Amino acid sequence: MSEMIREDGRKFNELRPIKIEAGVLERADGSAYLEVGGNKILVAVYGPRESYIRRLLEPNTGVIRCRYNMAPFSVDDRKRPGPDRRSSEISKITADALRPALMLENYPRSMIDIYIEVIEAEGGTRCAGITAASVALVDAGVPMKDIVVGCAAGKVNDEIVLDLSEVEDKEGQADVPIAMMPRTGEITLLQSDGDLTEEEFAKAIDLAMEGCLEVSKLQKEALMKKYSTE
Amino acid sequence: MIYVENKDLVIPGQILADDEYYSGRGTFKDNGKVCSSLMGLVSLRNKKIRVIPLKSKYVPKKGDVVIGKINDVRFSMWDVDINSPYSGILPAFEVFGREKKELNKVFDVGDVLFLRVVDVDEIKKAKLGLKGRGMGKFKGGIIVDIAPTKVPRLIGKKGSMINMIKDKTNCKIVVGQNGLVWVKGDEDMEQLTKNIIHLIEAEAHTSGLTNKIKNKLYLAIDGELPPEEVSEEEEEFVLEKPKLQNFKEELEQEEREAEEKEAEEKEAEEDKDEKEDKPDIAEVIEELKKKNKNKDNTISYGDNSNNSFILNNK
Repeated sequence: MSEMIREDGRKFNELRPIKIEAGVLERADGSAYLEVGGNKILVAVYGPRESYIRRLLEPNTGVIRCRYNMAPFSVDDRKRPGPDRRSSEISKITADALRPALMLENYPRSMIDIYIEVIEAEGGTRCAGITAASVALVDAGVPMKDIVVGCAAGKVNDEIVLDLSEVEDKEGQADVPIAMMPRTGEITLLQSDGDLTEEEFAKAIDLAMEGCLEVSKLQKEALMKKYSTE
Repeated sequence: MIYVENKDLVIPGQILADDEYYSGRGTFKDNGKVCSSLMGLVSLRNKKIRVIPLKSKYVPKKGDVVIGKINDVRFSMWDVDINSPYSGILPAFEVFGREKKELNKVFDVGDVLFLRVVDVDEIKKAKLGLKGRGMGKFKGGIIVDIAPTKVPRLIGKKGSMINMIKDKTNCKIVVGQNGLVWVKGDEDMEQLTKNIIHLIEAEAHTSGLTNKIKNKLYLAIDGELPPEEVSEEEEEFVLEKPKLQNFKEELEQEEREAEEKEAEEKEAEEDKDEKEDKPDIAEVIEELKKKNKNKDNTISYGDNSNNSFILNNK
């Protein structure tokens, strides 16, 4: 790999600066605030709680419901408020990415609600949303096998690079967001957008997994920081 | 091999130990390793690892005493909100047997009750009852909401913490195992108690809490720190605390026998200690007087809370 410097001065395997804070909301059962580069994301978790939508509940396990929402002011142009195709897709894949890690057998017929609010967006919000949501879930005391973490890799100027920014995402050739459970290395989300050769695809996944492990450390630090006793 | 120590703070997915250790509550086994499934403090006992969560929702269990709010009045039962993912029901016959009365004349929507969980069915619906001392409706007072896992900490060893707060603030306090606390007293004392309870909740995972709270209470009420006591006793207190947090698990069937034995031995030891400590009759009499005073202060509801201690220390 060459010593290519990217548009924002990062190396090919360098993440944007990340800040994670757990337990920022008073009234939610669990919450997290996350900044990755120019992204600002707030996640609130409620539950496990009783739900009045009986048809969604399962008799043998708890269920999760996820809502990803972008604020109208989160992007350069005004984002038309309300759900759209993109946000319903991200809501679904976020719930799917988190579900394998949760252990809800002890909470049958209950529901966990996850609200992901993107306050400011600068590329890679779905991965950032998953990362923040799992921190919020831990903060809520939901039993989990592992803390799910998300990170993306992609192809820009014929190079495989980590953690695409908005410009790179738009002008680049491909984007591969993944989410994984860092302890076992299981991948819970894998999407691919753009053209990649088989070789490049494998490389992108490896790079994204490396990035995930890096972000995972920061997640753990944030959680420990909240409750550690000085 | 074990990778953590007792009382360590752990996060979900963290590997705690190898195969030779048993996985208790808040942990699971994966690939020959014991891992934590919660964020909480490690509790180690006889090769059994448990994680006591910092936060969790209350899941109703048979025999618990809880505080609930009437949500709905139906034909033959009340719907009760017990601060849990699962709602409770209070059947009419639990209240007035075979007699027929109008339900909303007895308890109406919004009333707060002290209840016992009579039964929990397989879908976790809790059937509640009012049988027991001091069960029934609360009149006045405020409700303070804390995490159910912090309840043992609020009560303290044999009720040390809660009794201290009661004595100092002159409030009646009833603690439900679902994390709701009922407080009644002077208005500003109610507020002070509420703040103190929230402070205990926020710092429940720190050690030396009883002392800290004691200082806070004395400062707030008398404007000065409490007279220095023998600090050694307090130290022992601190060491005993992690066990307290386990009282729920102690109720678990699987461990009951082993734990009971231990508890008995311990109590026997403690009794000995106490006897040796107090040979003086005058002191004993004073102690008794104090106890009587406390009873006068909390005529009806004091009993309730004692009731819950008995359960807790089972």
